[in-house]
Parts: sequence; structure tokens; C-alpha cells
Amino acid sequence: MSELIEALALKVDAALAGSVARRAPLAHELGYETEAATLLTVCRTLRDAPELKFEMLMDVAGVDYLHYGRDEWQTQSATHSGFSRGRVARLDVPDPLAAGRFAVVYQLLSISHNQRLRLVVKCPDSAEPVIDSVVDIWASANWFEREAFDLFGILFRGHPDLRRILTDYGFIGHPFRKDFPLSGNVEVQYDPDKQRVVYQPVSIVPRVLVPKVIRHDHRYEPALKDPQADR
Amino acid sequence: MSAPPVSEIRNYTMNFGPQHPAAHGVLRLVLEMDGEVIRKADPHIGLLHRGTEKLAESKPFNQSIGYMDRLDYVSMMCNEHAYVLAIERLLGIEPPLRAQYIRVMFDEITRLLNHLMWLGAHGLDIGAMTVFLLCFKEREELMDVYEAVSGTRMHATYYRPGGVYRDLPDTMPKYQASRWRSPKQAARLNEVRSGSMLDFLAAFTAAFPARVDDYETLLTDNRIWKQRTVNIGVVSPERALQLGFSGPMLRGSGIAWDLRKKQPYEVYEHMDFDIPVGVNGDCYDRYLVRVAEMRQANRIVRQCVDWLRAHPGPVMVDDRKVRPPRRERMKDDMEALIHHFKFFTEGYEVPEGETYAAVEAPKGEFGIYLISDGANKPYRLKCRAPSFPHLAALEEMCRGHMLADVVAMIGTQDIVFGEIDR
Repeated sequence: MSELIEALALKVDAALAGSVARRAPLAHELGYETEAATLLTVCRTLRDAPELKFEMLMDVAGVDYLHYGRDEWQTQSATHSGFSRGRVARLDVPDPLAAGRFAVVYQLLSISHNQRLRLVVKCPDSAEPVIDSVVDIWASANWFEREAFDLFGILFRGHPDLRRILTDYGFIGHPFRKDFPLSGNVEVQYDPDKQRVVYQPVSIVPRVLVPKVIRHDHRYEPALKDPQADR
Repeated sequence: MSAPPVSEIRNYTMNFGPQHPAAHGVLRLVLEMDGEVIRKADPHIGLLHRGTEKLAESKPFNQSIGYMDRLDYVSMMCNEHAYVLAIERLLGIEPPLRAQYIRVMFDEITRLLNHLMWLGAHGLDIGAMTVFLLCFKEREELMDVYEAVSGTRMHATYYRPGGVYRDLPDTMPKYQASRWRSPKQAARLNEVRSGSMLDFLAAFTAAFPARVDDYETLLTDNRIWKQRTVNIGVVSPERALQLGFSGPMLRGSGIAWDLRKKQPYEVYEHMDFDIPVGVNGDCYDRYLVRVAEMRQANRIVRQCVDWLRAHPGPVMVDDRKVRPPRRERMKDDMEALIHHFKFFTEGYEVPEGETYAAVEAPKGEFGIYLISDGANKPYRLKCRAPSFPHLAALEEMCRGHMLADVVAMIGTQDIVFGEIDR
């Protein structure tokens, strides 16, 4: 499997030298990262170059990297305060405008060569994430990009019909951003006086049931690997 | 004397759904009509949006398996399969062989469940009542298999990263005599249920091809059925690729693409089955493809039953990270109790990385794109639902057709809103 991946990687490097950088995912998958400025040319080459021929776009996913790698767990305070949840609300709020917060991930599939490739593009501006639309290259991008716009607020330049798709008519905010609360901001209720459904601020108190914990496991991190263990 | 006034003809907009029996859930379709002819169709979706992906980001990995059942709620275990595959790839574990066979068997049972539901509902939509009743009869039998193995008829939560929750049961749920069912009737129904689950499935797979023949007798050469489906909603292979089609929608257009053959996962490479392919890319071809797929799925179930009967063994990987301790050990072993507590509260950490795991679900390619930052919860989970791009192409397929064909088109796409809206 990995020989096939390396063979494909050579072809991609030959066709797109300089405009893509290889990501380091798993052994049986291939991922590349490119700049927003070169996205359209890279995508065209990936679709049209005879040795690549990625004629299908299977998925477009928006990603918000705001809380990446931040846990909310402190072991010491948990033992001090008895049976607390051991969860610490971190005071250092990450900067929502830090560069590289939003990314768009494209999953490509080549039917003719039976291979897959993942393309990642980071949005250059986090305040107003804008990226070129690939609808003209793959028609299936239409709804996928609408979804990424709806849920993450990523704008796609050149999209023919960039409307909200999954959220309610007149919804405010982009719910899959990490700084959007899980319980939302508004709830609806039937008002018997007005005889219609009304919006009001949400009454649920947000609560974390299981804190996010990051542990460094010696089995997965080479630096922590016990040299004796493999014998 | 003047000519009689010509009545003014203009386009008008019509609202279809969201509570229409043929909308297969909650599809709101805004149609722009020119008389009976569709000029524009704008699907409004999201009425069933539950934020599954965001909910999964707030829970340990294992607690989201149940959410996957509720995505495409007529092909439950296939969704679980993609999710546990993604976790397994990040963890770098592989389930034991018996678990892989069990998963393949249940994927194919799920395919039968889905296609039976589709055939019944699609038939009902365009005017064939009988086939609906027949399909649901068989569906009930297969749901009993779900019940036997997981305790629930639909939302099984049976797959786990590293294997499956438990081994196949030795008994089947049985009918009981009641006011509506005489003891004699119940005994006759329980005849095939007296043995183990595999015995029941062996009997089912032996009888099922004749049932498919029954459905085909009702539909395949039926004049009305053909009038409603032949040359309706034709999609060329080029457009099917552009529009991101997968599964029977792609194969109906004549592209022999099936992940089970082309990128085999689990033990599909050891299975003997064929990929049915259509020619014209119309609703009728997609019907033929799905019916042929039922026969192939039946073959695969049969092969799995034979293998599973001969090869007992573990169904869960022996990795303490993903496997809870045995119940007996917990009773007198403190460490096992702590392990159990940590496993079900904090869960397990998945190493940092990202992966895209796709399975050939009954509706097409169901993929899970999973990003982990090394925590006990997914950092980002994206479900690639096969129906989503299919429904996006509804406008292109409908344009120029009659209003009644919209229902045939929605039926042939086999859409389920649980996975479109997520």
C-alpha cells in the first residue's frame, strides 16, 4: 500500500512542484497542503493531468483550529478539591484572529487510477476567511461549500449561490466554530399570547460532562518510546 | 367577433414538503413550474439538523458510536463501521478476523435492510402498494437479527473500535402466542428461530432469492412501473462523476465503482460477489442495480455465515486501551475497577493525526474525516454522507420533467434526511 502512495506522491511532486507541501498523515493516506492563492491552479492540475486525474471531489470539510491541542484537565487541582470534575476553565483565551485558524479540506478521488488524495488549504485571514470556490472544477463542491459557509463562515469567492443550507432561516452565527457554544444562543418556544413561536435566549447552562484530556502515550510518540519495550 | 381570450400562462412557484409523505422525511422543495413542467427546483434542507458532528466533538470517542446509527437511520451499522474504522486507523489497531467477518456480514444485512426499505418506499411513492408490504415482511426478519445481536431493532451501537461489542448469540428472539397469533401460528414462525442466529440467517439466505424473484415479478416487467421509471432522471457517467455520485447512483450510470472491490476493507477481498452496473443511468437502471445488489448481498451473508460457523474466536482486539475489563475481574480486582471507571468516563486518547475512512454504504460512499489532537474526544468529525451530493443534483435531474417525476426522482436517489442534515 505505501509503495502506491509513494508512487502517487512522486507524480504529484512532478506535476505540482513548489505549489504544494506534503502533510505527514498516516502511511496509507496522502495529504497535501497548498496556499489559497494557488488553489485553483493546483485543483485544475489534479483533475486534468493524465497521471493524476482526480475527477471526483468526494467531500469538502471546514475546520476551525482555534482550540487545537488545548486540554481542560488539571490533575493536581482535582485531588486537592476532592471529587471535583477536575476540569479547569482556562483563562488564556486563544486569539480568534490568529492566522491559520480556518482551513478547508478537500477529499479527492480518482476513479481511473483508484487513488485518493487530501488537499488542505488554510484561509489567510481569520477575521474574514475567504477562499476561491472550486465549483467550476467539480460541480459537487456546490453544496459542500455552502455547508462550510453556513457552519464555519468561510466565504467562497466565485460560488454561484452562497446561501445558508443547514441552519434555520435567519440564523445568526456559525455554529461549528469552536467559540460557538454547544447549546447555542437562542431557543424557540410557543408564546400563547402572541400565538406564534418566539425566539428567546437559551436557558441551558453550558456544562462540560467529560473534560478534554490530552495524554502523551509512549506507544504513539517516538520521543517517549521505551527502548526496552520492543524487545 | 373577436377570438376567445387566451388564458394567461405563467410560471408559478410551488412548495413541496416538508411534511409530504413522498418527501422521505423532511425535504422542503421549492419548485418553479411552467404548467406541469419543472423549470427550477430548490431543495431546502436542514430541518433535521442536530449538529451530530459538533456533539461528537464534546464526547469521548466511544460515546458517539450511537450517534452514527442515527445519521442514516435505515443503514445503521454501515455508518458505525466508517466511524470505528477511522478510529482504528488512528490508533493503529486491527480487529480480529472473526470480528471482521461479523462486520462484513452485518454490513450486508444492513444493505438488505436499506434496499428493502428503499424498494418498498419507492414502489409506494410511484404507485405499487403490494411490494411495500412484501419488503417490510423480510425487513422484520432482519431486524430480529439486529435485535438478537445488540438488543435493539434499529440503532444497534454494536461495532466498537477494535472489534464488535459481543459475539453472536446462540438464541433468536421468538414469537409468543397472543390474541392475534394462535399457538400454532407462533410455533410455525418459531420453527426457524429454534437454533442459533447463524442457523436463522442460513435459513433466511436460502429463502431470500425467491423473495427477490417475487418483487421482480411484481415490478421488473410491469408496464406502469416501466412507464414511471424508464428514461426518467437520466444521468450521464460524466455528470455523475462531476456531481460526486457514489454507490448505486454511480453504478446505475454505468461506472463499475464499488469500494468493496476497489479499495477493500475488512475481509471483502475474500468474498465472492459481483458489481451490478446499469447502462442508461435512468431510474429503471438504478432499480435493477439495487435489486441485483440485494442478491449479491445475500451471497455475501451466506459466505460469512459459513465461515463464522467454522471459526470461533475472539471478537475484540486484546488491547486494554480500547477494551473494558471483564466483568468477573472487576469484582475482585481494584485495578480492573479503576480501569473500567476511567474507560467509561474519560475514555481513551487517540494519537494526533487525521484520517478519512470510507465504506461502501448502501447509498454510496459514507466517509468519516476525523481529526484528533491527541485528546479523548475527536477534534473535528466530518461525515461525508452519500445522499448529500445526490440531493444537490436533484435540480439538474428534475429540470424539464413533470411534477409527478419529482417523486420518482426523490425515490430513486434513496435519500434519508438523517444523514443529509446530520
